Amino acid sequence: MDNLVGLIEKNGLIFGFLCIGIIFLVGEMLSKTIFRAKIPGSAIAIFLGLLLGYLGGLWSDGEKGIAGISLFAGIGLLGGSMFRDFTIVATALGANLELIRKAGWLGLISLLFGIVLFFVLGVLLAFAWGFRDAASLCTIGAGACTYIVGPITGAAVGASSEVIALSIATGVVKTIAVTIFTPIAAKRIGLKSPESAMAFGGMMGTSSGVAAGLAATDPSLVPYGAVTATFYTGVGCLLCPSLFYLILNLFF
Amino acid sequence: MTIYGVALLAISFLLGQWMGELLGDWLGIQANVGGVGFAMIFLMLGKEWLVQKKQMTAEMTGGIAFWSKMYIPVVIAMAASLNVKSAISSGSLALIAGIIPVLASFLAFPWIMKKFNPRHHG
Repeated sequence: MDNLVGLIEKNGLIFGFLCIGIIFLVGEMLSKTIFRAKIPGSAIAIFLGLLLGYLGGLWSDGEKGIAGISLFAGIGLLGGSMFRDFTIVATALGANLELIRKAGWLGLISLLFGIVLFFVLGVLLAFAWGFRDAASLCTIGAGACTYIVGPITGAAVGASSEVIALSIATGVVKTIAVTIFTPIAAKRIGLKSPESAMAFGGMMGTSSGVAAGLAATDPSLVPYGAVTATFYTGVGCLLCPSLFYLILNLFF
Repeated sequence: MTIYGVALLAISFLLGQWMGELLGDWLGIQANVGGVGFAMIFLMLGKEWLVQKKQMTAEMTGGIAFWSKMYIPVVIAMAASLNVKSAISSGSLALIAGIIPVLASFLAFPWIMKKFNPRHHG
């Protein structure tokens, strides 16, 4: 047994891949059985990750979640800034420049409108909850955009690990809310054409939430929503830690 | 070659992050500003350029696609290694700030469609 523990500690990253694979599998299974695929498996897996981060924090009494336990240190490496930024940059592969040109004006307007709306409401709510420093407000506002923009912004502006975790939790709640509310609201808000799906993807942003929500509404709309939603995170990562942070700095 | 795709991703990543660092310095913030966003733009431009030169093979695309599919697993690993314990104390904010803006967007969506959809302007 000591051999195995030593082996795992020496090959932490590899063990991390295995752990995340198992968490993902559990998320998918819970999604299919308990939630009848209404909540995407990836969203549940992220919640499970946060849960493990919580339990790991209790167990190790540290600040690094489950990565604070030496056996699981590899998860910290896999979830560290290097892999995080590298994989997110890679998602730009799914953004087809030609399709984006076609989404054009409407897509761009809804994209900017969506980011500003989510950011401003996120900041106002964080303010109402008692946060007063620009870095925390900016990170939570960014987390209201997506669970990726939040931590990227938090790392860039130097927010605390707690605030970054909160911004991820906010982004995950958003993904689930978009997934659940999209099919319910689709008819009432006129979400039925490719154009409206592009505008919707741009405004909502969370790629997995938009894809899952549109799949539950009308599967033929999914690629149109996804193409603008893909851009949301990139534009959010560009605006939140730069322009928006500078504006917040004027007030706090 | 798969590695060419990974290398394209790597150079886009490094150039973008470098630009982010330079912009951060220039703005006087001790932080990387928008490096990931710049890197994404570099990757898309680089990919387009190679596609036009007919140098972008399926294997190269696969080298990038693998990493793009790894982003949710990495986000899970990141979530698991955060200080969630402390975040729980202000947990209600995550629920409120996650749901309220979504509902507000649903209310604003028909207005955006009416205002900016080219179809309505002929």
